[in-house]
Amino acid sequence: MPFHSHLLANGLQIIGETSPSARSAALGFFVRTGARDETPEESGVTHFLEHMVFKGTSRRTALDVNRDFDRIGADYNAFTSEENTVFHAAVLPEYLPQAVDILADILRPSLREDDFDMEKKVILEEIGMYEDQPMWSAYDHAKRLYFAEHKLGNSILGTPESITALTRDQMYAYFQRRYVAPNIIVAAAGNFEWPRFVDLIEKHCGPWQKGAVGREGVSETRGSGRFEVLTRDKVMQEHVFLISPGPPADSPLRYAADLLGMAIGDDSGSRLYWALIDPGLADSADCSFHEYEGTGAFYTSFSCQPEQAQEDLRIVMELLHDVQKNGIREEELNQARSKVLSRVVRGSERPKGRMMALGMNWIYQHGYRSVDDELRAFEAVTLADIRQVLERYPLDQVTTLALGPLAQLQAEEHG
Amino acid sequence: MQVDVYQHTFANGLTLLAERMEHVRSAAFNFLVPAGCAFDPPDQLGMGSVLADLLTRGAGPRDSRQLTFDLDNLGLDRGEGVGLMHMHLWGATVARNLPAALEIYADILRRPHLPDEELSAVKALAYQDLRALEDEPRSKVFVVLRKHLYPTPLSNDRRGTAEGIANITSEAVRRHHHRWFQPDGAILSVAGNIEWQPLRDQVERLFGDWNGSADCTLNLGPQPPRRAHVAKDLEQTQITVAYPSVPIGHPDYYAALGAVHILSSPGGMSSRLFTEIREKRGLCYAVSAGHDMLKDRANVVVYAGTTNDRAQETLDVLLAELRRLQDGIEAEEVERIQAGIKSGLIMQQESTRARASFLASDWYYLGRVRSYQEIQSAIDGLSPALILDHVRRYPPRDFVIVTLGPKPLTG
Repeated sequence: MPFHSHLLANGLQIIGETSPSARSAALGFFVRTGARDETPEESGVTHFLEHMVFKGTSRRTALDVNRDFDRIGADYNAFTSEENTVFHAAVLPEYLPQAVDILADILRPSLREDDFDMEKKVILEEIGMYEDQPMWSAYDHAKRLYFAEHKLGNSILGTPESITALTRDQMYAYFQRRYVAPNIIVAAAGNFEWPRFVDLIEKHCGPWQKGAVGREGVSETRGSGRFEVLTRDKVMQEHVFLISPGPPADSPLRYAADLLGMAIGDDSGSRLYWALIDPGLADSADCSFHEYEGTGAFYTSFSCQPEQAQEDLRIVMELLHDVQKNGIREEELNQARSKVLSRVVRGSERPKGRMMALGMNWIYQHGYRSVDDELRAFEAVTLADIRQVLERYPLDQVTTLALGPLAQLQAEEHG
Repeated sequence: MQVDVYQHTFANGLTLLAERMEHVRSAAFNFLVPAGCAFDPPDQLGMGSVLADLLTRGAGPRDSRQLTFDLDNLGLDRGEGVGLMHMHLWGATVARNLPAALEIYADILRRPHLPDEELSAVKALAYQDLRALEDEPRSKVFVVLRKHLYPTPLSNDRRGTAEGIANITSEAVRRHHHRWFQPDGAILSVAGNIEWQPLRDQVERLFGDWNGSADCTLNLGPQPPRRAHVAKDLEQTQITVAYPSVPIGHPDYYAALGAVHILSSPGGMSSRLFTEIREKRGLCYAVSAGHDMLKDRANVVVYAGTTNDRAQETLDVLLAELRRLQDGIEAEEVERIQAGIKSGLIMQQESTRARASFLASDWYYLGRVRSYQEIQSAIDGLSPALILDHVRRYPPRDFVIVTLGPKPLTG
């Protein structure tokens, strides 16, 4: 599958991988801005702005945006993370020009005051929805506890207070600062013609403003190491997160870190599965590696009946100490590898999945990675690489947060 | 669009369906066995889920660890789900590993160990699953809705009840497996980069000498009351509303589907509920409608989650929107849902899992697999008049309304 790239004069990067046998084409606008790029006064603005992008431009009302997407049968959406805001659509090949027309247009939103006020209510509803989901709540609190002063701890949704206080002008200033052409990558995958696609993007995005890019506060962190219990009487199960340091997204160790996370906490056949799920000690248990610009982290979590939480925490800490000390076995590495290879192959069969990978790789790996490049990188991981991850990023150096009915829980000391 | 679908029903009643997808490197399979939670023994509700968990804890020559290890080494993403009528065992991996995976699944279906010593752990998980539901308000309200939408045992939930789980014994699990894991009525569907003849030969070898059938008749209880409120201290009130529609196979089916999409098209944002409730009034983050279907009946099911003090207003607007369907439908609205359904159908061709599941579902409901052309022409045939006629024949009324939150609503 041929890869193409083109840089517009204003700094906007276009990349694409064409695959004539695909049934659809997918495209995404990756804006390199997220919750970590917000000041405390702007908390939640990135995600709120993501919503406002769908509220229209000088050419389209909010209803027009939705109707235009639906008219071409687009599968479209957007998401906001700590570091990126991504707007994407998958369409039948003949509708790609219209999809570009809509997406490029809405990326220059009007941010009308009345739309802003209305959408503020929707954001507050979204915050309320997550507040009723203890697992998500625990994750959000745990992330904040781990990253502490580091800006990766910033909340993506913000708080009811920060959202209520936010003004349209603050959002506009943030937009001007972050949605500049050199901070945006347009990625496409599937059945489309590259030269025509470049022309379309050039036509729509060529006039976009230049500006300074980059972000402040990019540094490694090992986390606060704190231990906190948040008591919530109305919650049924105890939800526990343990976060430990990991390599940053552009580290060559990311592949080993991914496999290590999977060997410890994938939903089948992992260490955590055998330790907690198989014997019925927890209703969920997971470990996965999350990568960011400048740093990374392993998120280990479980939820269980409150009276079981202390014992489960002991089991999990023992498991992490054991992996830290003895690593994992060759067969565990191979088992994780088989699963990852199969997921990479399947994930790349859909243009939408491939487009996401292209965009994220461009941002974090600073270039193009073919499916085969990715497969080879996972193939090449050895136990020595796993050992190196553990030596540089101690897995048992955890920051712990529990949320649920328990009033207290004892930290498990290294025994 | 040319699609190669193959079908064969073996002498023992097992149906094999397959679709060859040359443009992919993966393959997915889906076993449907008539062991859904509707068939849980009434005093052992939760049996299907317990059995599903035990199935992969050792089968044939492999113990639990070896089985998991071998499946993982095939790169198999897999799951066992308990639906109302069927237990689904699905898996997906690179196409070259499919035959090896099917060998192991023949053991899982036909020769599971169902080990006594694992039962207490599995039951502990089942209890926790029930408890965890209390931390997921959106899932919880749907479980309660079913209790008020359908008579028993169609209202069963896969999680069962604490009492039912307590009553489950190893002996009962074995009986349940023996009774419902029968080839007559079972469906195996496969989609991906596969060859039909070798697949068929392999399935014949693995399952050809399996014999028996399950009696899937259900005795239905009385229709439950149509209103319920479950009190719970939450940030948001969870609202569900349902009313009768028609299932697939009914002459009105495509018009009924069209009506649901006009209320809420999957992935689309210009449909009525999203526009009126979220976009114009900011009442909700999540609002949607879907078509809940059994073989002989169906319902439109609408969901909204909203801040408690705006819950009554949300329900009022929602009911008004449902009733407004009868007032008229615009040609533009129909054109948009046609575009959405068409592109969804074509993009389904890019997912082996989606296709495997489509094949099995069509076979169960219709006894055949609809072609792309058939669906497309039915969708092209939709018009405002056709949908409106249906809505007037099956008007949104006789609502079942179930809410979860601090205060009951009126509607």
